[in-house]
Amino acid sequence: MFYIIVLQGGLTYTEINREERTHVRERTGIALFIHNLWKFRFLTLMLLPALAVLIINNYMPMFGVFIAFKNINYIDGIFGSPWVGFTNFEFLFNSGSIWRITRNTVGYSLAFMVVNTVLSVAIAIAINELRGRLAKTYQTFLIMPYFLSMIVVGYLAYAFLNTDKGFLNSTFLGWFGIDPVSWYSEKAYWPYILILVNAWKNVGIGAVIYIAAIAGIDNEYYEAAVIDGATKWKQTVHITLPLIQPIIVILTILSMGSVFNSDFGLFYQVPMDSGALYPVTDTVDTYVYRVLIELNDIGMSSAAALAQSVLGFILVLLTNSAVRRINKEQALF
Amino acid sequence: MNYTTSRRENTISPFAGAVLHISFILLALACVLPVVLVVIVSFTHNDALVNEGYRFIPEKLSSIAYESLFKDYGTIVRAYAISIGLTVIGTAVSVVLMALFAYPISRRDYPFRTFFTFVLFFTMLFHGGVVSKYIVFTQVFDLLDSYTALLLPLLIIPFNVIIMRTFFQSTIHPALIESARIDGAGEFRVFFRIVLPLSLPVLATMGLLGMIVFWNDWFNALLFIRTEEKYPLQYLMLRVLNDVQFLRANVQLAAQNPELMRNLPNESLQMAFAVVGMGPILLVYPFFQKFFIKGLTVGAVKG
Repeated sequence: MFYIIVLQGGLTYTEINREERTHVRERTGIALFIHNLWKFRFLTLMLLPALAVLIINNYMPMFGVFIAFKNINYIDGIFGSPWVGFTNFEFLFNSGSIWRITRNTVGYSLAFMVVNTVLSVAIAIAINELRGRLAKTYQTFLIMPYFLSMIVVGYLAYAFLNTDKGFLNSTFLGWFGIDPVSWYSEKAYWPYILILVNAWKNVGIGAVIYIAAIAGIDNEYYEAAVIDGATKWKQTVHITLPLIQPIIVILTILSMGSVFNSDFGLFYQVPMDSGALYPVTDTVDTYVYRVLIELNDIGMSSAAALAQSVLGFILVLLTNSAVRRINKEQALF
Repeated sequence: MNYTTSRRENTISPFAGAVLHISFILLALACVLPVVLVVIVSFTHNDALVNEGYRFIPEKLSSIAYESLFKDYGTIVRAYAISIGLTVIGTAVSVVLMALFAYPISRRDYPFRTFFTFVLFFTMLFHGGVVSKYIVFTQVFDLLDSYTALLLPLLIIPFNVIIMRTFFQSTIHPALIESARIDGAGEFRVFFRIVLPLSLPVLATMGLLGMIVFWNDWFNALLFIRTEEKYPLQYLMLRVLNDVQFLRANVQLAAQNPELMRNLPNESLQMAFAVVGMGPILLVYPFFQKFFIKGLTVGAVKG
């Protein structure tokens, strides 16, 4: 419906053209701004609906972070509730969970980053050596998990880890004569399980980008290397890796920004929100959710969420400026 | 992906090739076997489940899980309908809105492109966080328990808009737009008649991505949906798995409610739920994945 209306509006093109012809003299400052505003009004009109969505989804919550400094109660409403300064943050820091959730969030993020990047690059290099129809088939299988929801992944993990009947306990461990493990209450295994599940889901899709990057490398480099007698391994280390390094750097910067964020589904659904596992599975996101929805404590959860956002923001800026210092070309902005 | 362009004179030795093939076959198996296991469990007879647990080769098969799933089909059909509706509407609106934002900021002659690109880019750097979003959605817009709360948060994915912008910039030559404008076409006509038809690959990719995002979303339902009749499929699946798990873990609670315990779906039923939930994605995925890879790598250039 919307397009039809604006499409008709778009037909008044003659006006713009005429205006363009008559005003050839230089405009500056506000006059230029107003002129541009009118001249490009249709382009601006185009991006307004998405802009509205961005404002509701992203900008209003950004300004909404002030609730972390308030003691929200439903009688006074969001704006009427009293300001309490940093009290919410004090509660957060005294709750004792802050160290645990920060360590888990940052620790897993870094572990995922390293494991996934190494595996993705390795798979990309290997697939590029194989090429052909089979390589494409492998790729099809490897990116399949990315398309499954975390709920489904939770079910898949449950099929393996279920204490009574799961595949590991009922069959697999028996082959090696190992006693069944009560997976959903033994926290020692979960760091490995989570890293494995995350890699299972995301490594394939991560490799796609590197495969494209490797495919784009000019063949002459390799031809020259062969003439010089370089082995496959040397070609990989001295040609392929250096040439895809910019992409690795950019993707690392992007993921650095989310070091304080965690995949909520992975940490909430895969361990089945099991309380016994909180010491190793509770991250900022699961904590914020639990405190908000289950304990209904807006103050503390918003304080945690704000801390997360601010730290994440600082981290992106720091990483980017570090990269800029090393190599300006590779910086994101 | 065009492998022929990167074909090299030197290839790896047959032995190394064999090793790589075997490793990839193992990796591919690792990717599909969990899915296969769940499908098999959903078809396993309850006696076999009790005796030997989940196996890849069960001693007794049965389709009873699916029969009981569809006997009480009201809930699941409703959840399916809700999910399909949300996915179709969400994807369509999302692709159009993102393209409408990406096109102006791809135009080099548009004077506000830097500003609006920044407006978009900044959302990738700083997030208000889930709590203030929850407050904005529930208090300011009163979206608790409404489907809008499931659609709105996923409509604009900034990174995808940047990919689209890069695609427009690199595929559609400015001269093409210029000449259409000289011929008297308005901005909207140029966009819908020239830019969009030339951008089908990226639109298809975004459509596929959107479908997956909307179909797989459950987090927003977890936050905003309270009424059981409004559960989309993924969220219903979450409840089926977690609530049963909760009851099994709390023997005391179960003992107080023998009725509840008797009606508890058994494990093959749970797994049938999972199969029904991932079915559409697994069916659609093989046909779309090539498109998806192409689009993903076309636009993913630093812009």
